Amino acid sequence: MAESHKCQICGKPATVHLTQIVAGKIHKIDLCEDCAKDKGVTDAVGFSFSDLIGALGAANPAPESLSCTECGFTPKDFKKSGLFGCPSCYEAFSPILMPMLRTMHRDVTHVGKVPSRSLERVSAKNRIASLEKQMADAVSEERFEDAARLRDEIGAVRSKVEENLK
Amino acid sequence: MTQARTVSELVGAGEAILSGGSTGVVLSTRLRLARNLAGHSFPGWANPAEKAAMLEEISGAILPLPELDGATFLRMGDLSDNDRLILVESHLISRELMNAREGSGAIIRMADGVSIMVNEEDHLRIQIVGGGLDLNRLYEKIDALDTALESKLDYAFSKELGYLTACPTNLGTALRASAMLHLPGLVLMGYMEQVIRAMNELGMVVRGHLGEGSEATGSFFQFSNQQTLGENEESILRRLGNALAEVIKQEEIARLRLLEEKGDKFLDKIGRARGILQNARLLTSEEAMDLLSLTRLAVDMNLLPSSWRGRVDALLVAVQPAHLQLGRGTEMSPAQRDAVRAKIVREEFAEMPALTHIDGEGRAG
Repeated sequence: MAESHKCQICGKPATVHLTQIVAGKIHKIDLCEDCAKDKGVTDAVGFSFSDLIGALGAANPAPESLSCTECGFTPKDFKKSGLFGCPSCYEAFSPILMPMLRTMHRDVTHVGKVPSRSLERVSAKNRIASLEKQMADAVSEERFEDAARLRDEIGAVRSKVEENLK
Repeated sequence: MTQARTVSELVGAGEAILSGGSTGVVLSTRLRLARNLAGHSFPGWANPAEKAAMLEEISGAILPLPELDGATFLRMGDLSDNDRLILVESHLISRELMNAREGSGAIIRMADGVSIMVNEEDHLRIQIVGGGLDLNRLYEKIDALDTALESKLDYAFSKELGYLTACPTNLGTALRASAMLHLPGLVLMGYMEQVIRAMNELGMVVRGHLGEGSEATGSFFQFSNQQTLGENEESILRRLGNALAEVIKQEEIARLRLLEEKGDKFLDKIGRARGILQNARLLTSEEAMDLLSLTRLAVDMNLLPSSWRGRVDALLVAVQPAHLQLGRGTEMSPAQRDAVRAKIVREEFAEMPALTHIDGEGRAG
């Protein structure tokens, strides 16, 4: 835990201490006077505690070895903008993600709308891609019966997807 | 199918939506859902070619939907600076989309206040706006639209984190619900800071009327939920609705107090506002907003006939810089805009009746 007498942004002595209590959880931020002014803490309109916590999360150092295999995003990139590179980043960066999310939101597990049709389509597409790869392997290894079976399976998944689109 | 329309035609319809429904303290309600496509980089990280391809892919997939019948598709790169600013002033697109230009666009269906921003911070920002406080009805509509879009687009979604967004503060439901409130009572009585602190404690955020980073001119404030993950849509809307009901109540109490404790000073302010609106030659947009705010309050307190509220609300948009520029040829300087603004206001308020108390039957006294 950070010592409460050092500013969490620049390390100078902290004289402004913010405490937010949401649904029984306590979040504290310690800042020096200059950083507090800089972040708009004293400006009642336009100051958002959660935004500040998000920005702090982005400013703290993270394991350098992490990177997103899909898009090449790194923690350094996140530090610059506070935004991720692609949806797969969330899995790639899950070690540093949880503490950040806990301070930003009421809870870290989603409840609410689920795009089930979209999910079915995506999962079917992934399944087809995997089967196609297996079929290609079977062909190159001259396991033609397996290849034929896989081809039929791909056809079945495809027609199911088409059915659902109607 | 889309029909080509000029930006100015779109805007006229937008004003009608907002000024028609609003009553009293809440001017308008806006709901926004953020959605992204699986397997594609977010707009801030994608390169220009990827963004352009996504814009065409998304628009091509969803424009044929019956839910978007009659919608207009605007590519930001095709619009002039002024046209883009007009869309921002009408609350149809955000400043961020205005600055995004190439590779970004908006699909707007004025008939029901729907605008879908493509390649803003997220691939899709689906938005609906309506007059007055209208959280539930607007949510039903935007939910239905989102479900229709889902039939054509593969959304990025995880069971644990919900809808995946470029910014982690938007995860989960990715729903931002907000309302624009007129709170001159709370401002003039000095209670606004307390209200904002109380809202922050409830996980709500309060901003000036042009959204993030803007000043609260004219006592217009935007209230919205801050957190989007770990709570479902219905609960977010219910808690926001409850918080707003409380703020509205406090505003009404503050207005009564204003009349009781500072009645003369307040009526003097309103009288002077009328004088300036009817006679000034130069008006900055800040001053115009403040005077319109006072006039709107005068309507709410029965000092002016209620038909004037719609006219004031329409002016709030019409006095903005890009709206003034519209149809006026060469680009105006700020001083020229101030003159045009004052002229429009003078003409509109020329027939404004004397400020007297008007009772429930419309009788003056």
